Amino acid sequence: MLLSLVLITVYFREPAGGGLHSIQGTGATVLRPFEVASNRVAAPFQDAYGWFAGLIHAKSENARLRDQIDKLRAEVIQNTNAARENDDLRAQLHYIGLARFPQDYNPINTDVISRSPSEFQQQVGIAAGSSSGIRVNDPVATADGLVGKISSVAPHSATVTLLTDPNLNVSALDVQTQAVGLVGHGEGQGTLTLDHVQKSQVLHEGDTIVTQGWKVKGLSSIYPYGIPIGTVSGATNSEVDLYWNSQVSPFVNFESLQSVIVLVPKTRTGR
Amino acid sequence: MSANLLEPAKAALLIFVAAILQVTIFSQIDILGGYPDVVLLTLMAIALLRGSIYGAALGFFAGLIVDTANLGTLGVTSLLLTIAGYWIGRYGETTGRDRVHAPFVSVAVATVLVQLGALILHYLLGDDVSARAVLLDTLPSKVLLNLLLTLPVYALVRRLLAVGKPVETVTEVRLLG
Repeated sequence: MLLSLVLITVYFREPAGGGLHSIQGTGATVLRPFEVASNRVAAPFQDAYGWFAGLIHAKSENARLRDQIDKLRAEVIQNTNAARENDDLRAQLHYIGLARFPQDYNPINTDVISRSPSEFQQQVGIAAGSSSGIRVNDPVATADGLVGKISSVAPHSATVTLLTDPNLNVSALDVQTQAVGLVGHGEGQGTLTLDHVQKSQVLHEGDTIVTQGWKVKGLSSIYPYGIPIGTVSGATNSEVDLYWNSQVSPFVNFESLQSVIVLVPKTRTGR
Repeated sequence: MSANLLEPAKAALLIFVAAILQVTIFSQIDILGGYPDVVLLTLMAIALLRGSIYGAALGFFAGLIVDTANLGTLGVTSLLLTIAGYWIGRYGETTGRDRVHAPFVSVAVATVLVQLGALILHYLLGDDVSARAVLLDTLPSKVLLNLLLTLPVYALVRRLLAVGKPVETVTEVRLLG
């Protein structure tokens, strides 16, 4: 017991590069092959479970997705033209903007090898670390959207704090109305909220929420602009509240993360 | 390896495997908002069968592996599992070892206390924790899942540690006087 208390105290007080952190990093590297092996053994069973679970809602989901494809096809054409026009105008104006996603980042694709076994920290362990160029606070995403950020790094593994962790907030933007706020964990498991949206701004159900990406006096957000987060699933605005009360349905399914993409900036600047 | 060292080594290996399975597989299982804690279940079985010293030492070891694998604050899980292992071991030594309900009582009580202890510890460390989420949303299903797995895990550990008979059996009785 005493040893545990000493460990907690020393670990909590020492800096991130301290002795215990280094020992832990080495320990994590040693444990990594066991975790990878365990994941490989479990993968077929997880896939089989996912396949059967997916069958239950397959028919209704198929119809819904077909409708969505029709709508999105038209949007893609419009967006492609707009993006091309935007790039042309930026080039003509010699516009200097913030780091843009994904062109200003090197993606590191890696497996999720562990998950924090407690409700207190929504974290996952990944199979890439500082040897791949990953540093603390690098943003992490999947093809669906933002997952979270790197919170600790060992040479060959790292920990990702998920967007559903109570200690993580991300400045976000409503693409349709340009309302800004902070996305954080929601009340239910795997849900998010969008807080601190001024009542003078507008939120609609179904609006898309993306990372805001800001820069103030040499400091900039660790998340580049435009990483999708989710859609507004509900928003209310009462007289007594200072801000909007809104819930966000994330694009990412945090419960079944198998692999993630760590966005390593091509050039690292002060943040 | 001598018989004296073989038994702790087997118990440590069991705990190691349980910890790896917990962080890689069982933590991802979400049933009714909770997931089974095979580290606690394995620890309970070993502590009940082998006593408080085994329980405390292996609890510390299990916590260390879990915290190392997750790059979490070293010592937090160790502290909780050391206390849990010691308590279950003492319960086994004093009253519960031969009772059928002992594993179930140990698991239910230990799950609640470990969860409560973790909540307090994380609060003291300055983490933003939600008592409602931990105690109401997760705890009931976690207790239920742990209770469902108690018997198979206990039977497996008992078999692997080859606990069939009492360690010391009386083979003859000599009448004195």
